[in-house]
Amino acid sequence: MGKKLLIHNDHIPNIHTLAVYKENGGYASVEKALKHMTPDQVTDEVKKSGLRGRGGAGFPTGLKWSFLAKPEGVPRYLVCNADESEPGTFKDRYLMEKIPHALIEGMITSSYALGAARSYIYIRGEYFYVARILETAIEEAYAAGFLGKNILGTNYSLELSVQVGGGAYICGEETALLESLEGKRGNPRIKPPFPAVAGLWGCPTVVNNVETIAAVCPIVMMGGEEYAKIGIGKSTGTKLISASGHINKPGVYEIELGVPVEEFIYSEEYCGGIRNGKKLKAVVAGGSSVPILPTELILKTAKGEPRLMTYESLADGGFQTGTMLGSGGFIVMDEDTSIVKNLFTFARFYHHESCGQCSPCREGTGWMEKILKKFLNGTATESDVELLWDIQSKIEGKTICPLGEAAAWPVAAAIRHFKHEFIEIAKSKKFVDVSHYNRLNKASV
Amino acid sequence: MKVTIDGIEIDVPKGTTILQAARMIGPEVAPPTMCYYSKLKTSGGYCRTCIVKVTQGSSANPNPMPKPVASCRTEVMDGMVVENVTNPDILEARKGVVEFLLINHPLDCPVCDQAGECKLQDLGYEHGSAKTRFEFKRREYEMIDIGDKIKLHMNRCILCYRCVKTAEQFTDGRVHGVVHRGDAAEISTYIEKFITNDFSGNVIDVCPVGALTDKTFRFKQRVWFTKPMDAHRDCPTCSGKVRLWLKGEDVARVTSRKDQWDEVKDTDDGKPGFICNSCRYDHKKKSDWVIEGPTHIDRHSVISQGHYEHLNELKTKILKQQKALGFIPFDKRP
Repeated sequence: MGKKLLIHNDHIPNIHTLAVYKENGGYASVEKALKHMTPDQVTDEVKKSGLRGRGGAGFPTGLKWSFLAKPEGVPRYLVCNADESEPGTFKDRYLMEKIPHALIEGMITSSYALGAARSYIYIRGEYFYVARILETAIEEAYAAGFLGKNILGTNYSLELSVQVGGGAYICGEETALLESLEGKRGNPRIKPPFPAVAGLWGCPTVVNNVETIAAVCPIVMMGGEEYAKIGIGKSTGTKLISASGHINKPGVYEIELGVPVEEFIYSEEYCGGIRNGKKLKAVVAGGSSVPILPTELILKTAKGEPRLMTYESLADGGFQTGTMLGSGGFIVMDEDTSIVKNLFTFARFYHHESCGQCSPCREGTGWMEKILKKFLNGTATESDVELLWDIQSKIEGKTICPLGEAAAWPVAAAIRHFKHEFIEIAKSKKFVDVSHYNRLNKASV
Repeated sequence: MKVTIDGIEIDVPKGTTILQAARMIGPEVAPPTMCYYSKLKTSGGYCRTCIVKVTQGSSANPNPMPKPVASCRTEVMDGMVVENVTNPDILEARKGVVEFLLINHPLDCPVCDQAGECKLQDLGYEHGSAKTRFEFKRREYEMIDIGDKIKLHMNRCILCYRCVKTAEQFTDGRVHGVVHRGDAAEISTYIEKFITNDFSGNVIDVCPVGALTDKTFRFKQRVWFTKPMDAHRDCPTCSGKVRLWLKGEDVARVTSRKDQWDEVKDTDDGKPGFICNSCRYDHKKKSDWVIEGPTHIDRHSVISQGHYEHLNELKTKILKQQKALGFIPFDKRP
């Protein structure tokens, strides 16, 4: 059984309430940090822990915190990115829904470290009921003196509130999130300046994912060095994985980074193997935006070693042979899965969610979806595969924000590893019924 | 700060963007722009036509930047090395951007009022392909009036945001913006609103394509058949320094004056020379204006085809050549 630091107490009845959470050791990190540590000491522990952002990019959290500008007389903000919109990723929802105080505790400790007197939890619109759970928990925390003026009798004060977004995927991008939080259209900003210099209301801001912020609590309690002993190499600590697809036990699992992918898929502790005894065909390891890998590559690295659930091992060999840990949205596909049909679903999503600011993403995502629909309509030709490849290459790296890559990478990886499927469909001219998509699909083919 | 663009080194002040530095060198290395407009704050970065490759970040950090950057929004660092036209990948990427921009932009140049002044037309010629690979139905909208003098043809819009920023920064209250998202995004006025501000006509001047056109000029003339003249009048609202587009003795249209980069010229006090609606629409008689002389037109522009700035010099030159060749004019032939 792997070590659990974030959802170790999720089985306890009423753990979402402050009383039960406190009885089980909750808010100890707030007590420790505010009463016995300076803000810089908290930051140092986070640096020592090697914690990397759990939202998808995997940037070292302590380093990100150290970039925060600290001009005198200017407020600083901590914003929690709870806009969990990546298809296949639902681990933050689980954490917030089950143990809301874990996030609030992390927000207080992290805000203290960053010198923020006002912090926000920006949550996606579709998680409306989770927002209510968080608001209730925040009220409890205010009443107990964990939020508000002079927390626990110290000189530190913090105001915390929840902001519900409009439900746009792009608002998970940190600058679009800040625009939305300011009440504007959720379009990504052009960087630089980065939020650490000019973020919310133009003030220095740190934007961290829910899981990242929650992980600060165990780091403060056990110390950064101890935390860094969990995991392998630069992939330290534990990670929440949202496992879905054709597996026997879909759900949210907390793993110690370094678990072999094969063990994660087949062991009873985690996914419990492929549903109905089918064979594994492919895995999207880190949410829909990361490249898909076929069986032979998801289980073994380019060097022939067992692939591990770490940032480095999953990325081994670049995109030719590897993928990314991303947000931990682990989507498993069995041998009956149509990669092209699956890719169409992803392409449709990214087309629908493009904000429309920059030309390659605005026009390219829709074009890719239309071509993929041709494959499903039985009207595609072999040359459409080349065209699709060319379009994705002209989107990747050319856009304002990473949505371009999120749309392009799945297409590139599907063609790279499953080109034969595209060719077979194009040759067969077989019609695949996707009428159930049409309700939301605006592409006219 | 020293920056090298396509092998040409230049010293620039701190805060200069790559695009500005390139423009200082000259048009041969200056990336094309569709959304950037130097007179509009926070413009640029959207169309991606000006992307360049930074092969060396700075002297202190010689690493290349991993992705192409929008030159209009990226400030130079000391020792930065940039590749624009010398980098085949950038030219290929730009070709891709042109293709994307033309997906939903009709090639109706023969009937478009912007023809001859269209930046997308120039971009397409210089960086595009002869043929499109897009085979699907294009986005289509009805043309609408968004003001009593402004026609919006959304089919042609490339969502450069220039008109939105102009209205935001140079008028009292913006009543239009971008609605919807992705490729369904469109320019629209707020519900039941019309653009009527004194300076609203400037959104026409900043539009790089034919999406926003002057209703008082639409279909009156092709620009290359008109004579652009710099003129001014005593205007209480704006500088009154304009460009008259004459057809014979008639004023076909009035616009602001443009610079080398097709952006409004600054006035003598250094402010952007946007003009008021009164100058643009209400003074269509030649006698309303003090004519300063013919506008200099770059030979690069299609407008130069019908231009007369050096007509007398040209006539003299032709006559000299004819004489040297022994050419006998038709009326002198036996």
